[in-house]
Amino acid sequence: MAHSKPSLFTGLRSNIFAGFVVSLIALPLALGLAIASGFPPIAGIIASVVGGVLVAVLGGSYVTITGPGNGLVVVLLGAVTVLGEGDAQVGYLYALAAVILSGVLLLIFGFLRFGALSDFFPATAIQGMLSAIGITILLKQFYVMLGDLETKGSALELVLGIPDLLLRLISEASSGQLYAAAIGVLSLLIMVFYSKITNRFFHLVPAPMWVVVLALGFDAYATYLGDGNPISGALLISLPDNLLTSVPTPNFSKWQEPAFWGVVLSITLISSIESLLSIKAVDKLDPEKRRSNTNKDMKALGIATIVSGFLGGMNVVTVIARSSVNVNNQATRRVSNFFHALFLFVMVLVFQEQLRRIPLTALAAILVYTGYKLSAPEIFVRMYRIGKEQLFIFLTTLVATLLTDLITGILIGLLATFVVHVVLNKAFWLFSRNLLKPNVLMYKEGETQKYYVGIIHFCTFLNFYKLKAKLDKIPQNAQAVVDFSLCSFVDHTVQESLNNYEELFVRKGGSVEIIGLDVHQTDSSHPFAVRTLRPMEKLRVFGGGRTKRQHQLEALAVEKEWGYQDTPKTKKLLLQKYIGYGTTSVERVYNQLSNVENSIFLFDIKYSEGVFIAKESVQTTFLHIKLKNEIPVFSFDREMLLEKLSSLAGFHDIDFPKNPTFSRDFYVRGNNPKAVREFFSEELISFFSAYGFYHVMSNGNDLIVRQFLRTATPAEATAMIEFGLALKKKIEG
Amino acid sequence: MHNSVYNTIVVGVAFSPNLQANVFEALRMSVLFNAELVLVHVGEKSTVKEASLSKIIAGFTESFPKYRVLWEAGNPVEVLVNACVSEKADLLILGAIQREGLLKYYLGSVARKLTRKCPCDVLLLIKPSANRIQCSYGVVNGLAHEKTETAISRAFYFLTALGANRLTIVEEIPEDSVTAKVDDDRSLRKSTIMKERIRLRENTRVQNILGHISVDSKNTIDYDVQPIFGKRGYSIGHFALIVRADLLVMNAPQANSIWDRIFPHDLEYILSDLPTDVLIVR
Repeated sequence: MAHSKPSLFTGLRSNIFAGFVVSLIALPLALGLAIASGFPPIAGIIASVVGGVLVAVLGGSYVTITGPGNGLVVVLLGAVTVLGEGDAQVGYLYALAAVILSGVLLLIFGFLRFGALSDFFPATAIQGMLSAIGITILLKQFYVMLGDLETKGSALELVLGIPDLLLRLISEASSGQLYAAAIGVLSLLIMVFYSKITNRFFHLVPAPMWVVVLALGFDAYATYLGDGNPISGALLISLPDNLLTSVPTPNFSKWQEPAFWGVVLSITLISSIESLLSIKAVDKLDPEKRRSNTNKDMKALGIATIVSGFLGGMNVVTVIARSSVNVNNQATRRVSNFFHALFLFVMVLVFQEQLRRIPLTALAAILVYTGYKLSAPEIFVRMYRIGKEQLFIFLTTLVATLLTDLITGILIGLLATFVVHVVLNKAFWLFSRNLLKPNVLMYKEGETQKYYVGIIHFCTFLNFYKLKAKLDKIPQNAQAVVDFSLCSFVDHTVQESLNNYEELFVRKGGSVEIIGLDVHQTDSSHPFAVRTLRPMEKLRVFGGGRTKRQHQLEALAVEKEWGYQDTPKTKKLLLQKYIGYGTTSVERVYNQLSNVENSIFLFDIKYSEGVFIAKESVQTTFLHIKLKNEIPVFSFDREMLLEKLSSLAGFHDIDFPKNPTFSRDFYVRGNNPKAVREFFSEELISFFSAYGFYHVMSNGNDLIVRQFLRTATPAEATAMIEFGLALKKKIEG
Repeated sequence: MHNSVYNTIVVGVAFSPNLQANVFEALRMSVLFNAELVLVHVGEKSTVKEASLSKIIAGFTESFPKYRVLWEAGNPVEVLVNACVSEKADLLILGAIQREGLLKYYLGSVARKLTRKCPCDVLLLIKPSANRIQCSYGVVNGLAHEKTETAISRAFYFLTALGANRLTIVEEIPEDSVTAKVDDDRSLRKSTIMKERIRLRENTRVQNILGHISVDSKNTIDYDVQPIFGKRGYSIGHFALIVRADLLVMNAPQANSIWDRIFPHDLEYILSDLPTDVLIVR
């Protein structure tokens, strides 16, 4: 597996190019994000340049891009306003101190290995918080886009103020503001319709750069006409006269005030969540399928944030949009992040005169679009699809964040999620009694060399870290089976994260297969909806929503041109006639695949052993074969597992004198040894030896095949079907 | 049953709905091990109780056991511990409590204290039954501990007597014995290799123990070894649950202090959520 470290120059050209393209997007974004955060425009550039250089050198991820992030806009703007008590310049210096301290905290998080921090928050609550941030950015920047720099207020006030804003624009705006607003609206149209235009040459320049080009083109045109740019100074970007020497001094004097530390904590929390989510998402894009070292990356981001803060810049976080542009332009290594910083630095130095001519309205348009993306109606629809309760959690978090602040918002979201889980299960004890107990078992199955991961009690965002810790230790080119059959409740966060693992494993040649969720109940048709074993009142529609495994089984049926039913007619008496199964009671048969002739069935079955049910019932997968000709009654297995089912009076292990190895390795039992010996021809013996991991039972007319005491994964189900087809052919000739 | 390990078996009897099942299980054990059964009732002797107990025992038709009944009032824990000492008991049988409406079993506070204080082996039954249920699969711990050898040979002995045919020796390897922390692909490779080494080393250790054990039952019982990296005392219980074992054999814990209750150790996880019948070996 060990691959040599690529030399410094491997793929350097493509990485330099990717860095260049990213810098084109980063320039307007960095300026815009800084302004939206209440920082001077240059603060965004500083964060990008410092972040690009330091994280490229110290980081632990590969194709991520770092710089100012949109999640932080709201909390940084809040910091400047609150700490400065109205004075933006003073507030900026206090906010810098908070940025630096959040960098220190981030560094400490890295050393404490908090790389899994973002997994402690319910996915839906995080989504709600991000959408709230999006709405705030959208509303605030909508005003700026139309040339109004003055209006401030809560989200609700801003929404209600929009008609008034439009009226004022028509009635009392200066020509400069009108021009600026026109550029803003045009810029927004470029952002919105960029992806709809298919012209190849148009796409050579990224959309935010087109916005800059539009703004500069307007300026050049106005100058050419001789009137000069009609847009006034306040609506244009202001940069320090000397970019290299004007370094502000952070003001730490508020370190005793709780409000200051509140700001530090929110910045740290939001920046680490944004970075960790981005790193996780970008890992799925990495063409070389590497796994990022999140703890190392956190340390690098912390150091970069400290340096950026001392130079007057914003927090450095990992950003998803710029990173995906980076990957799309064939970046393969961290060096592209470095070049993005370098190009940005050069561009700002060389074009500072031109940058000062860009109207704020154009940059605001870019942010309005970014804000819209974070809170688009599609997100609401998606939440509803996953489940009504997810929409509830999402909206609760969103509204709470808008009404209070980010930290309170996400905490309310967390609480709402927990309350929903308790209500869904109607059982507080399920969580209270089991929260602190270990609930995950992982071991390598000796026979199949697969990693078996079993979970009991419940599995939600509250204890997902325990499961994650085990999953992280499985080589990603291995086969893993995650079994939820003994787990009463599995939430959406866990399933989404597991889906993430599935994708990562598949990319590296391994697999994660989830079993045991098919009997859980849900009222949603989404494959990642919450699922519970506890009865959900009114929602007793078994099979209301299929799991991923059920979809895969159905696909398998389609591929083989077989039939698939998720709730077939229960075969209550199916097992009665088999050796050792006389006392089992079948609780449920589900997920049945059957061939066209209705002679081979593969199905999951839940049954309990005997009348005295001491243990939880068994869930497994059976293959049922109807035979044309009669054969002796027998059972075949390697481990005498069947023996436990009841006393097998009169059924002895049958010897095969001609095949001592077969006799020794396997247990073949029946009530008519002579007939069984005749039936097991040389050919059948070698066939059965090759598939010794299956347990086969015959009742004279039918065969039942089983492999595990758990349900089969789709891959194992496929193998069972192949085995069944071959066996039927061998016996029927 | 040539080398009888269990000569005297003690069982506490309380007049509960489970009485018949408890008594029958105990009688069955004493027959299997050819041992004398001492039924201890904590409370005053009365003719009514005596009669109903005799009636129940008369209903046991599987064989003719040797048994005595002790009647003694007092603190249940003290009475039973004293009975174990004075009768030179080799095995104490206790029943678990089923959690209301759930397939979950745990030990009551009296039983918990007894598992700690009792000088002999303790068998915890999760679901006593008047009718016999075949026990066929056992799981035993393979910890690096001086008592492990006794526990494994006792497991072989016990399972043979019960007519079982399969035993898995679970080596629980603490997660922190793998010093390589997993951060990225390279550290994951490192930790996987390290795990493989530890696994081989542990396997050799268990095979060594197995080599020392000379019981005939090694031939009649299929046994295998399953290493598990995970929390000690927890993983083996979860494993027993997954493989649907019928009996879990564990070493008795070394010391018990208040800290063990607050920070659960080896046995506490299993006692608070019994996965199967449990035999604690001293």
